[in-house]
Amino acid sequence: MSDVAIVGIGIHPFGRTPDRTGLEQGAFAVRQALGDAGIGWGDVQFAYGGSQDGGNADTMVEELGLTGLQFINVANGCATGGSALISAYGAIRSGQYDLGLVVGFDKHEQGSFRVRPSDWGLPEWYGEVGFALTTQFFAMKIQRYMALHGITDDALIRVAEKAFANGAQNPNAWRRRALSYAEIAQSTMISDPLRQYMFCSPGEGAVALILASPKKAAQLTQHSVWLKAAAMRTRGAGSFEVFSPSLSVEDGEGATPIAARAAFAMAGIGPEEIDIAQLQDTESGAEIMHMAENGFCRDGEQEKWLRDGMTRLDGRLPVNTDGGCLANGEPIGASGLRQVYETVLQLRGQAGARQVPKPLRTGYTHVYGAPGVSAVTILAR
Amino acid sequence: MAMEGRPLADNVFTWPSDDPALIGGVDARGRVRFPFMGRPGEQPVQLAREGVLWSWTVQRFLPKQPPYLGRETKAEFQPFALGYVELPGQVRVETRLVDCDPADLRIGMPMRLTIRLLFRDEQGQDLLMYAFRPAA
Repeated sequence: MSDVAIVGIGIHPFGRTPDRTGLEQGAFAVRQALGDAGIGWGDVQFAYGGSQDGGNADTMVEELGLTGLQFINVANGCATGGSALISAYGAIRSGQYDLGLVVGFDKHEQGSFRVRPSDWGLPEWYGEVGFALTTQFFAMKIQRYMALHGITDDALIRVAEKAFANGAQNPNAWRRRALSYAEIAQSTMISDPLRQYMFCSPGEGAVALILASPKKAAQLTQHSVWLKAAAMRTRGAGSFEVFSPSLSVEDGEGATPIAARAAFAMAGIGPEEIDIAQLQDTESGAEIMHMAENGFCRDGEQEKWLRDGMTRLDGRLPVNTDGGCLANGEPIGASGLRQVYETVLQLRGQAGARQVPKPLRTGYTHVYGAPGVSAVTILAR
Repeated sequence: MAMEGRPLADNVFTWPSDDPALIGGVDARGRVRFPFMGRPGEQPVQLAREGVLWSWTVQRFLPKQPPYLGRETKAEFQPFALGYVELPGQVRVETRLVDCDPADLRIGMPMRLTIRLLFRDEQGQDLLMYAFRPAA
């Protein structure tokens, strides 16, 4: 089957924008993407969009124009953006349409996500005793991983150091100050072994992408970036996920390796052929585990990779070139599409001060989140 | 074990008891989960009282209230350790960890079930909950 082209990209700066709703930020990103593709709103045949806390995506037709297009709202937790993208990818590959929009946006309240145990099928006491915190889950997952695979605090610090260094060179990032190794190493301990500057925060932002069939893309641009694979998968039995009062004694496979395998099979290439990667970095430990879960290195090799700077902009496999979730924050509906936006920018050679210096041919994006979902894309010039 | 107070929630551990145990649920395929939720086909089962530490962390900031039941302020909040204890051949349970300095916690160390006073309710009655402590 034929590939799908990304012919337009748009972003609303991430961070806090008190005078714009989530929907307005979404519409802002859409207009930018339309401009980038050189098309009008009236040319868009269909749209998939979503947000967790920012409202119904389809209501932005009020602002963009009541053209009567098909607009489907997507709600799929941390994989909302990725799921919208996969839906649009399928709509074009099937031949149903040849020009469409994907938009993801969000606007969360400050501080950690408040959890109602009953929403998760958990007993009330689970929250009452002080367990229902995502930060604890991430800490316990990396704590065990570090003990099993010889990863030290040094690696956790280096992930954050790199994220803020890249974010400082990204005009759309929320956190734009590079932090020193010592500042990160001495920041407040949140949930051992993870410190304040190793966590992302819920935030705001929006991203829009214009997708086209090969025929349509040829009419619009010489600079298409091709979506070679897009896969969304759920967890296997026995995987360790957030908000689990108990776990099986039999270890199971998480959603990430399942999604990664599907995407590589779809694209017909392997991890060694990927030039840059954007990997879910809810906190430092997640990026470390996701390097291995996506197949880029073996468990334990991350310690050396990070010490040697192999994932920095000038390294062998630059990871989270725009600063990732650590520097951009986590607007759930927008994060997955931010990764695709950044990859397209890098593949086009338009990433400015943070442009990866080596020639780029391929890029990889990966989100992971509650309740054990993952979405992966593989892009190529 | 002479302890005043009442369990924070019913059907989490056997009580009153001189030798309490956590109450898990076992389904038709023999799969054990905790707590017992009365799902279709699920039978209650007493879980092992000893196991090994599978992973751990420390809660260092005051959790959002609600759902957290403690009424302390940010300034009064005392960090607490928590983790998963693997009960051999049964299940890994998430639990508070007590009687230990986090610096001494090691994955694989033997742990034993205990019942502790966790909060006081508005009438001043003690609310009890399970925890694990180092077995040594």
